[in-house]
Amino acid sequence: METSIFDIFLLEAVLNGLLLGGLLALLALGLNLIFGVIDVVWICYAELVMIGMYAIWWLHVQQGLPLAMGFGFGIVVVAVLGAVMHQFIIRPVLGAEPINQLLVTGGVLFFLQAAATVVFGVEFRNLGVRMPSVVIGELSLSSARMVAFVVAIAAIGGTWLFLSRTYLGTAIRAISQDRGIMPLMGVNPGRIYLLTSALGGGLAGLAACLLVLQYDIHPAIGLSLGPITFLICVLGGLGNLIGGFLAAFVFAQFISVGGFFFQLEWGYVIAFVFFIAMMFWKPEGLFAKRR
Amino acid sequence: MLEVSGLSAGYGSFQALFGVSLKVEAGEAVAVIGPNGAGKSTLLRAISRLLEPTAGTLTMQGRDYTRLPAHEVIGLGIAQVPEGRRLFPRLSVEDNLKIGAYTPSARARHAERLEFVYSLFPKMLQRRLQDAGTLSGGEQQMCAIGRALMCGPRLLLLDEPSAGLAPLIVQSIFGLMRTLRAQGYTVLIVEQNIQQVLKVVDRAYLLETGRIRRSGPAAELLASQDIRRAYLGV
Repeated sequence: METSIFDIFLLEAVLNGLLLGGLLALLALGLNLIFGVIDVVWICYAELVMIGMYAIWWLHVQQGLPLAMGFGFGIVVVAVLGAVMHQFIIRPVLGAEPINQLLVTGGVLFFLQAAATVVFGVEFRNLGVRMPSVVIGELSLSSARMVAFVVAIAAIGGTWLFLSRTYLGTAIRAISQDRGIMPLMGVNPGRIYLLTSALGGGLAGLAACLLVLQYDIHPAIGLSLGPITFLICVLGGLGNLIGGFLAAFVFAQFISVGGFFFQLEWGYVIAFVFFIAMMFWKPEGLFAKRR
Repeated sequence: MLEVSGLSAGYGSFQALFGVSLKVEAGEAVAVIGPNGAGKSTLLRAISRLLEPTAGTLTMQGRDYTRLPAHEVIGLGIAQVPEGRRLFPRLSVEDNLKIGAYTPSARARHAERLEFVYSLFPKMLQRRLQDAGTLSGGEQQMCAIGRALMCGPRLLLLDEPSAGLAPLIVQSIFGLMRTLRAQGYTVLIVEQNIQQVLKVVDRAYLLETGRIRRSGPAAELLASQDIRRAYLGV
């Protein structure tokens, strides 16, 4: 009898890992997309998510807007923030050394964190929405996580369709392969950069909607999301969208199942040890981009 | 159709072009020939505004476009097949052609032009779902030319289309010049393969160390003693 309970908990951990994987894949997609096109890693990407979570909380709890509108505006706010980030922070340093570009986005990370602390304080905030658990036999799964998974996968699928079917999406895929000749095709690279930044921001805003249903908001929440997102992208091969997608699920399983066998914190430790080991074995990423 | 006058350009402190002037009339095929490093590619890059000239003017069908942003040049009806083909290696042939039809006016006629490109290059239809990076050199050149045709240009700029290709493929690429002319395209081609290119163009300019040294009908240049001695080794 004891083994069967154990099995159910293990299955639950695997399923939770799968659900977490979808959310992490969404975060990785946004970061990867921006890196693939503009060649700059937004270290502050998770802080955009944090701002989005606060925006939704402020609109819904403080201003009394319906939650759906809060979500909609939240996505728009972060998309605009992404465009602003590109226009005023990244564009001036496009020709600079990569380390300087990285430092600039690092500066934005601390700025956003500090700004959120000043404006919203250090208290934990939440929407006060409690979503029920879904019980299937002896399994119990959070419905917020299930919704997050479905929406994240749908958004990833939608982004994929956008990239593969539309002219703009095709240009986004092309520009990472040869930026120099894009003007010959009538493509204005600056415009593609701006739109990609807004799209990456929009995806961060959507992630904020999904996260705010599961977690409390505080100014440092980006620090628990950012490093994981970045490591997933590196693991999948920076800029490789499919690699990032797969790596998110691998990483989520390490966190979830690792946390099941030991403790939750240990799940992260195991995942990071796995990451470091992989960096020795395959430094170009688990699913290296074909060159 | 195209008029370049007094064009000077370079990279940093290095000047590659010194007051180059040339003209291409509608329906003509014109070549710019010359040795390696003469500034031929620089000239094409300046004409398509990828490179900012330091002096001179560019005019297309009577319109001065010397200050136009590079991505708007295609709107004048000028398309360039860049040196080294520069396909997007991890995009399929069809997606490469799709990028060629990126401008709003080209999108409207995407299907029709795709059909035209496939009729011109049946090989591209066979390979349409293959990554462009996996094509042979000659096929890549076809794809690159096809991509430039997707915007429905009036003037086609070709930068060393024969470079790095096997002799037999070079023949077919130059044969293609005739086809394009028959289709009504005006062509400005930059080539090192002087003997071959002079057989398919009407006129040519000889560019040496950034200056136009000679110009005239292709047959005249082909027969000229100094060109034969200096470039054709006869």
